Amino acid sequence: MTATRLNSLLSQRIARRCNLAGISSYGAYVPRYRLGPESAGWESSNQRSVANFDEDSVSMAVAAGIDCLNGQDRDIIDGLLFATTTPPYAEKQCASIIATALDLRRDIFTADITDVLRAGTTALKSALDSIVAGSAKNVLVIASDSRQGAPKGEAERNSGDGAAAFIISSEDVIAEQAGSHTITENMMDTWRSAGDPFVRSWEDRFAIEEGLERILAEAVSGYLEKEGLAVADVSKLALYSPDARRHVQIARQLGFKAEQVQDPLFGRMGNTGAAFPLMLLAAALEDGSPDQLLLTVSYGDGSDVLGFKTTGHIGKSGHGLGVFGYLDSGKVLDSYETYAKWRDVWLTDSSSRRPQAQSPSVTALWRESEQNIRFHGASCNQCGYLQYPAQRVCVECHAMDDSTSVRLSDKPGTIFTYSLDYLAGTVDSPLAIVVVDFEPGGRTLCMMTDREVDEVKIGLQVEMSFRKLRVVNGIHNYYWKAIPRRQSK
Amino acid sequence: MSGIKDRVAVIGMGCSKFGERWDSSSSDLIIEAAHEAFQDAGIEGKDVQAAWLGTVGSFRTGQPLAAALKLDYIPITRVENACATATDAFRNACYAVAAGIYDIVLAVGVEKLKDSGFSGLAVAEPAGADVNPPVPPPSQFALAATRYFHEHGISYDDGKMTLAQIASKNHHNGTMSPKAHFQREVSVEQVANAPMVAWPLGLFDCCGVSDGAAAAIITTPEIAKTFRDDYVLVKGLGLSVGAYGIMRNDWDFTHFPETVRASQAAYQEAGVTDPRKEIDMAMVHDCFTITELIIYEDLGFSFKGRASEDVAAGTFTLEGEVPVNTDGGLKCFGHPIGASGIRMIYEVYKQLQGKADARQLKDPTLGLTHNLGGRPGSFTCSVALFGTRD
Repeated sequence: MTATRLNSLLSQRIARRCNLAGISSYGAYVPRYRLGPESAGWESSNQRSVANFDEDSVSMAVAAGIDCLNGQDRDIIDGLLFATTTPPYAEKQCASIIATALDLRRDIFTADITDVLRAGTTALKSALDSIVAGSAKNVLVIASDSRQGAPKGEAERNSGDGAAAFIISSEDVIAEQAGSHTITENMMDTWRSAGDPFVRSWEDRFAIEEGLERILAEAVSGYLEKEGLAVADVSKLALYSPDARRHVQIARQLGFKAEQVQDPLFGRMGNTGAAFPLMLLAAALEDGSPDQLLLTVSYGDGSDVLGFKTTGHIGKSGHGLGVFGYLDSGKVLDSYETYAKWRDVWLTDSSSRRPQAQSPSVTALWRESEQNIRFHGASCNQCGYLQYPAQRVCVECHAMDDSTSVRLSDKPGTIFTYSLDYLAGTVDSPLAIVVVDFEPGGRTLCMMTDREVDEVKIGLQVEMSFRKLRVVNGIHNYYWKAIPRRQSK
Repeated sequence: MSGIKDRVAVIGMGCSKFGERWDSSSSDLIIEAAHEAFQDAGIEGKDVQAAWLGTVGSFRTGQPLAAALKLDYIPITRVENACATATDAFRNACYAVAAGIYDIVLAVGVEKLKDSGFSGLAVAEPAGADVNPPVPPPSQFALAATRYFHEHGISYDDGKMTLAQIASKNHHNGTMSPKAHFQREVSVEQVANAPMVAWPLGLFDCCGVSDGAAAAIITTPEIAKTFRDDYVLVKGLGLSVGAYGIMRNDWDFTHFPETVRASQAAYQEAGVTDPRKEIDMAMVHDCFTITELIIYEDLGFSFKGRASEDVAAGTFTLEGEVPVNTDGGLKCFGHPIGASGIRMIYEVYKQLQGKADARQLKDPTLGLTHNLGGRPGSFTCSVALFGTRD
């Protein structure tokens, strides 16, 4: 290679490095409910997070996105990458549902990155690359998963449900990208065929020794070598692992000391699949201080290793509840039976006593997207009355077609009145039907979820949460429900 | 505007047995009610010049009425307007006579609810985005009960006791109604302790889900005189439809503006200024006990927030100042949605004629019927007033 060519390559590389990329904001979501030692029939000393019956990877992604966008101008987002192994649709983009629910701009790029546990870090890397390339200024990355193991099996015991979200940006970053390394290897150790309800895996000893241990060692050492770093330079390791025992074992084999390893939360949350290494990264950021090197390591058909160097901005970017805020505001289920009903593992008779649900009209869903998915109300330009949904004729002054859209999904509310319906045919009987008054004005009648029956009271403070109402005709119909305001203890 | 007062008269009425009529079709129920009305009026099907059929879910057109009664190519209109369906069919029939278009018309309300296989209502909603919460009827009114108790500082136990007294009263009246779906006494304790359906409403706070039909023959007062002496005059017809849904933050859920507006319209036509004093009996839409409690206030029988005191004083019992739901109401007579309004008129008609047997009131001269249906904040409400001839 001639000296001129080498100089040119170097200057290109320097020019690229000038386009700094990193994390400017982060957020997370852990469902309210847990299976734990107190849950009858759970038969494990572990606690794990459990998505409610109306939650899935898409709804949890929206919650994590809201946590991450907390206080941010949503119009700055130029792209959304959604990573999961449990997308509700085999054909139909989920990122577009999430982008709409998060009330992002229309002129953004969106993609679902799926099918592998490595999807979360792959999405992060793609977003970083687009910032470095200058094709976007701010990209939202959300990883969310709700994987199901067979009832009472190991995968079910060790899994958890949750999501993490990051804004990848070139400005005001709290953690700057510090290199990456990827190994790709076609590896059949854990898989789920289209239509399979549960995760399958090959013999444990093979999967761990020839899969996890060998590939992670190759990926991490490859990263360190490439960046000219040593194990001792790493402040925190956000490491994927299928369970607690392997987590300790692999970190030790890689040469990390216990204090360098981010708590994998196995006793509290469980392996959240494609979201797992990203949730651990978010947890490391929550606990972080400036000038730390954080390493995120994923696994699945190879491994992605991403390094981040925290900056002086860390701690300044206000996030929402984050991993720990959500973990601390949990509720342990009384029994495994409840979880089994939520996951359709335990078929119940309740639905058979109501008329069969009809397919929603796709045309109506499309037409009402602004009010149903973006959850916009409108404020009258003549009299200022806030109403949901938007009305062509104002309910107060009767002005025609003269109002301004107002996002209500992030507005706090209180319960004005409620009913607890024992016959409405819902999984979480009784169905709490509530009238919510939003703080800035506007009122809606909606369902309430994530509630304990004795919590439902007039005056209770609530927030809105994007949930799946039902699946009919293969259409996953999402809408907003009220939930008790999630606050950590 | 001259109003409807004394411009039309009812000369014949019929009402089928209400209940779980497993062996009867909607058409059978129509025939049962209409033929009683024909006999009562002393007419035949061929005398009917036009007809209105009220039904919410049993039929989509007026044609099945012609088919059942073999009406001979006359105009028939099918009417649907939530729980006010039958009264609205009756109202349209009255207006056609008052307009001078026809001399003798028929209004029928019918509903066959027990073919659905479900215990509650199973009325199909048109396809839409389907994101609105299911708000089964018990919950629609539970929302009102929760707020009513809260706003008026009524404890759960006291509130349940008041509601239980209403249900128990209607069950007592039902024991004297041979055509009622339920005809047995139910104690206040039984009502208060019944299984929860939609907090705070229990099983006995809810009305019956029934099959049934009712029919009325309407004509002019002049023609009525040639049929019978004890015809009944229509004194006022009010109908009000809510527009604002629950979109307004200032609706309190403890009164129904539709009832207030519909009753004001009917009172104005009839010249009623003091409803509690002037009205001798009322058949109101007690789909749930809380609904009847709130209706007492909305119709002007009780002061706002104080209907419980009147319930405790027995104001609305058969012996009380304003007897309400003398035939057992929706609670016991049953609630085939599209038939209920005309069933109420049937009871007022019989009471005004002095033909209400064991439950007969002492010389009533002015009676009221009331229906309320739809969703909270956007109800459809009808109020009608009936009087004896001078």
